[in-house]
Amino acid sequence: MINEKFIVLMEKYFSNEISNEEKKEFEELMNSDSRLKTEFEEQKRIKEVLNKMKLKNPSREVWDSYWMGVYNRIERGIAWVVISIGALIFFGYASYEIVNAFIKDTQAPVLAKIGISMLVFGGLILLFSLLREKIFTSKRDKYKEIQR
Amino acid sequence: MESEIETSNKEYFEILVKQNMRRAYFTALGFVGSHDAALDLSQEAFIRAYKGFSKFDRKKKFFTWYYKILKNLCLNYLRDKKKRRENHFLEIEAENLKAENLSERIENAELISTMEGAIEELEFEEREIIILREFEGHSYKEISGMLNIPTGSVMSKLYYTRKKLAKKLRNKI
Repeated sequence: MINEKFIVLMEKYFSNEISNEEKKEFEELMNSDSRLKTEFEEQKRIKEVLNKMKLKNPSREVWDSYWMGVYNRIERGIAWVVISIGALIFFGYASYEIVNAFIKDTQAPVLAKIGISMLVFGGLILLFSLLREKIFTSKRDKYKEIQR
Repeated sequence: MESEIETSNKEYFEILVKQNMRRAYFTALGFVGSHDAALDLSQEAFIRAYKGFSKFDRKKKFFTWYYKILKNLCLNYLRDKKKRRENHFLEIEAENLKAENLSERIENAELISTMEGAIEELEFEEREIIILREFEGHSYKEISGMLNIPTGSVMSKLYYTRKKLAKKLRNKI
């Protein structure tokens, strides 16, 4: 098991954050234990290999259009919210008018009137319940970003 | 007509996106290994950041806050096993390319492929620390803030992850 002090000193050495005293201590540790020297060589080698590499750079166009991509997606998101609210208001009003006209119709059977009233009432309860659950969950659930 | 997005917030956010888009993209690329997914996830994370922008403390570093959103999105992406992960996300640094001859080019291509495979096999937390430190060059302190762990733990995790990589790459480097 490698001691934590050695790891901290080695990381400081790699990042050039090591002081003269720490460097001396680090070298003494390695001189006193050949295992530590081997560990250091192995870590140094893997760092050298990693330093030869970088994450693949995409084409310049990706950076040129990056912000517009984000902006368009935000704008479209807002547009969908506005469209959804508008559709909800429109269809809500249309449904109200249709149901109202149907209920006021003296020739329509009473049973059909009760049925359609219950259908609309049930739909409203369902919509209210879904909205309440959505708002409640988004406020309380700190892990909402994680899919389960 | 002015856009739906509030101007002052929009302009400030635009600056933040432009300042952070590269490291956002590269971090996502390191996590998911695919250009298309990295672009989509890093942009989606900016959109979510914009939606929750009121919660962001402007005195703090934006990327540290943004990183948590990005990480969650990448984790969700990786958990979805239906999505096949690509495995071509590394390349040789330009300065090493200048002098390379044909045999070195083949050797480097093999090395890249081996390293990509080794990184792919790491646990997400190990991959995360290697990407943040070795490829993105974040300081130990920055990583400590991003992962919410002490600096000593960052150093320790790095050491053990490099050791794991060395084991996977033994006989190849």
